[in-house]
Amino acid sequence: MAGADGDDSLYPIAVLIDELRNEDVQLRLNSIKKLSTIALALGVERTRTELLPFLTDTIYDEDEVLLALAEQLGNFTMLVGGPEYVHCLLPPLESLATVEETVVRDKAVESLRKISQEHSPVDLEVHFEPLVKRLASGDWFTSRTSACGLFSVCYPRVSSTVKAEIRQHFRTLCSDDTPMVRRAAASKLGEFAKVLELDYVKSDIISLFTALASDEQDSVRLLAVEACVSIATLLPQEDLETLVMPTLRQAAEDKSWRVRYMVADKFSELQKAVGPEITKNDLVPAFQNLLKDCEAEVRSAAAKKVKEFCENLPEDSRETIIMTHILPCVKELVSDTSQHVKSALASVIMGLSTILGKDNTVEHLLPLFLAQLKDECPEVRLNIISNLDCVNEVIGIRQLSQSLLPAIVELAEDAKWRVRLAIIEYMPLLAGQLGVEFFDEKLNTLCMAWLIDHVYAIREAATCNLMKLVEKFGAEWAQNTIVPKVLGMANDPNYLHRMTTLFCINALSEACGQDITTKHMLPVVLKMSNDQVANVRFNVAKSLQKIGPVLDSNALQTEVKPVLEKLATDTDMDVKYFAQEAIRVLALA
Amino acid sequence: MAGVVGGNDFQWCFSQVKGAIDEDVAEADIISTVEFNHSGEFLATGDKGGRVVIFQHEQECKNRPHLRGEYNVYSTFQSHEPEFDYLKSLEIEEKINKIRWLPQQNSAHFLLSTNDKTIKLWKISERDKRAEGYNLKDEDGRLRDPFRITSLRVPVLMPMDLMVEASSRRVFANAHTYHINSISVNSDHQTYISADDLRINLWHLEITDRSFNIVDIKPANMEELTEVITAAECQPNQCNVFVYSSSKGTIRLCDMRAAALCDRHTKFFEEPEDPSSRSFFSEIISSISDVKFSHSGRYMMTRDYLSVKVWDLNMENRPVETYQVHEYLRSKLCSLYENDCIFDKFECCWNGSDSAIMTGSYNNFFRMFDRNTRKDITLEASRESSKPHGTLKPRKVSTGGKRKKDEISVDSLDFNKKILHTAWHPKENVIAVAATNNLYIFQDKIN
Repeated sequence: MAGADGDDSLYPIAVLIDELRNEDVQLRLNSIKKLSTIALALGVERTRTELLPFLTDTIYDEDEVLLALAEQLGNFTMLVGGPEYVHCLLPPLESLATVEETVVRDKAVESLRKISQEHSPVDLEVHFEPLVKRLASGDWFTSRTSACGLFSVCYPRVSSTVKAEIRQHFRTLCSDDTPMVRRAAASKLGEFAKVLELDYVKSDIISLFTALASDEQDSVRLLAVEACVSIATLLPQEDLETLVMPTLRQAAEDKSWRVRYMVADKFSELQKAVGPEITKNDLVPAFQNLLKDCEAEVRSAAAKKVKEFCENLPEDSRETIIMTHILPCVKELVSDTSQHVKSALASVIMGLSTILGKDNTVEHLLPLFLAQLKDECPEVRLNIISNLDCVNEVIGIRQLSQSLLPAIVELAEDAKWRVRLAIIEYMPLLAGQLGVEFFDEKLNTLCMAWLIDHVYAIREAATCNLMKLVEKFGAEWAQNTIVPKVLGMANDPNYLHRMTTLFCINALSEACGQDITTKHMLPVVLKMSNDQVANVRFNVAKSLQKIGPVLDSNALQTEVKPVLEKLATDTDMDVKYFAQEAIRVLALA
Repeated sequence: MAGVVGGNDFQWCFSQVKGAIDEDVAEADIISTVEFNHSGEFLATGDKGGRVVIFQHEQECKNRPHLRGEYNVYSTFQSHEPEFDYLKSLEIEEKINKIRWLPQQNSAHFLLSTNDKTIKLWKISERDKRAEGYNLKDEDGRLRDPFRITSLRVPVLMPMDLMVEASSRRVFANAHTYHINSISVNSDHQTYISADDLRINLWHLEITDRSFNIVDIKPANMEELTEVITAAECQPNQCNVFVYSSSKGTIRLCDMRAAALCDRHTKFFEEPEDPSSRSFFSEIISSISDVKFSHSGRYMMTRDYLSVKVWDLNMENRPVETYQVHEYLRSKLCSLYENDCIFDKFECCWNGSDSAIMTGSYNNFFRMFDRNTRKDITLEASRESSKPHGTLKPRKVSTGGKRKKDEISVDSLDFNKKILHTAWHPKENVIAVAATNNLYIFQDKIN
């Protein structure tokens, strides 16, 4: 009972506030996530003067709590009284921006960037910019790394004197003693360059970029490659050669494989950023070198870019460049020592056929496809098979079928079930491209063999595969080729195989239609209701439930209902349950 | 800094001893690693009981100006617990094999500690404020009537006594099949390496669910195994270079820029064996028990059973300096083999300016060598010689013939008292020496 002057409306908020300090992390987290509720109840005044000071010093907590707090504060502007007071949020976010946990720091920086937009230009200079400076000259590198992400949001909105200071701070951080800070600066270099005036990009950013790109730490140098993309897009074409290319060339030949890897990984972006002329003169040889790199990781990364690089070559010289410069390297990669390289190549190589056209494909690419189809590594073969559609469009799959078949058969019988699973998934695609005759002749037996695989995942995938094939080839085909074989398994001595019949029927009934289901499948299912294995019997109940909607009401009433009623009195508990379930769903009661 | 190993103008004196005085030493209390942090303000020890103890250097006190500040316990925590690997039926000891401090990144301090299998990242932080004031409880902890809450209270932070907390931040597990012997933080401040008998892994300090195997010397057939990795360390300035030493007395230097896998070394340091001194024990005593880069990164030092060698990274065929630690034991190898002492793994360390080195021996003796003057000294860490601020007297072991006064004969050395772990303050002449369960701290005498 509430007292005379009592009121329990504050109670839930009181609990939330107290739970900010609960021993249970989950409860603290819960409270932090409802921080807006607390702030709303306290009102803007008390939020500013009491809640925020408390939160500013609560940085001892678990990472997940701090992360939630950093996120909440980014959406707190209205709760402290609107843009006029948004600067009150800076102290807690500032302390969060110095914690050691990167995710928390990043989130704090993200929130700071967000609320910077809500600062008026005056507040930005009075409150926000000093915070950035404090962080940038902090004792510990955690605060300096956080500062790197804040320059670009305040730069466009401050006066030219402050702009000059910001540029100076950024310069200082680019040559910081600790690699952590230099990495943070390098990763924000591109973003900062975007907000700078072009003259400063040329005078300031380029020298920083050159310095970071020749840093003693590879972890810094490799980040400069990313910056290279953004800087190159900002500069006019005529300046690229002198300002960016020397550094890029150097990065592509860096002593450290990790830097070269980064160049390979970003190759398409770099290609777009520097434009067609430089691509022709510089990137083509660089790409050739990356494809021949001594480190397999680099070759893999470059191999993955082969198709994209070729596609984006300038049209007038595309074919010549591919034929004379790229293809010879690709040919070597087909017999690379590393299977990762080969499989990376196999996942894109088919794409070259659309670029090169029919004649070149037949003459130059086909031998490579065939070689990869015979590769010892299953992943390589799979990657080729999974991309068959590209070739199909250009030369038709028939050219490949002679080699395709042995490759498929071998994968279909691979000792690793995951490999078998992968090839099953491509069967509908292959069947569509090879046509029904070829399929019946060569692949049908494989598809049926998977139904009795000893791994359940394979049998399951095989069932699903049959359904897709029927959707592709039609009910009549199903009736002639698949259904008899599936139904034949109903008499198999192994109960697992008998159950596979039921699973197939579940999958096929809809695609096959009412006629086939009623005439051919239903009798088999009903007959199996007398199976001695309970698992088979309850799967009969489940199957009946599943195929029920395909049947007409006559069959349901006269054939299905009696069987289900019988199963509903089965001695086995599960059989009973599923039979009752089926009766209920099919509304036969 | 001339003559830190002693001379007319320089003497080591006793400062502190930590640990119980009892004669019976509990196995768990035996110190298994000692490490100063980068500023020397903190000193960490690990023991066989899986505990880490951190000492903090107190500021000099004004009324005793002749004394440098002392190291006092700052934080103690249980880093590792004994475990059992049920799949392999193996007990995993909690013993701390190595501690490495991370470069300081904010007001807290971080260190890595490892036992045989699992590496942990610890944060040691201070807290001096406490939140006060609840809504549902009054000051005495009594619950308030929920209906009588008429206003909301936001907790207020009040000052409190300084509290030091150690919290586990990351656990790097399941990456080592064999016993971890070394961990070393890379100069890029984001990765570190860990080495076991056959493999070296590269970790990112923020990622615990994967590491990259960069060295694997496991032969396809374990019967062909002839060599194991005994120690590994990252070069202090170049983030791409690390070295590892082997049980055959060789050191390989690898460059991570060259390839993702560092199975092929860039440099191979080996001193040709003197055929005249070859014996049954040659291979055992040439096994390297520790390798340490100098602070400059130009040199590295290796410790084998009888000597310490300093190598110039630019010269692979022989060390530039060799110091005999306890050559008098060469005639005793047979009995040292029988009591397993020959397999003891002595560590070694540089002083802050790389001008002197220190390593341990038996009978609680430890040795220092001055690289400039080529002088050496033997000192003893013992309760008897530890009078407050007393200077340490050099010890001598008689090497045959007549024993002079003040000398100890080889036969009376106590081989159960061994100094395996020592550490030198990175900036000053302060050393920490682990003698079984006691940690001795010595410093240069201030006149």
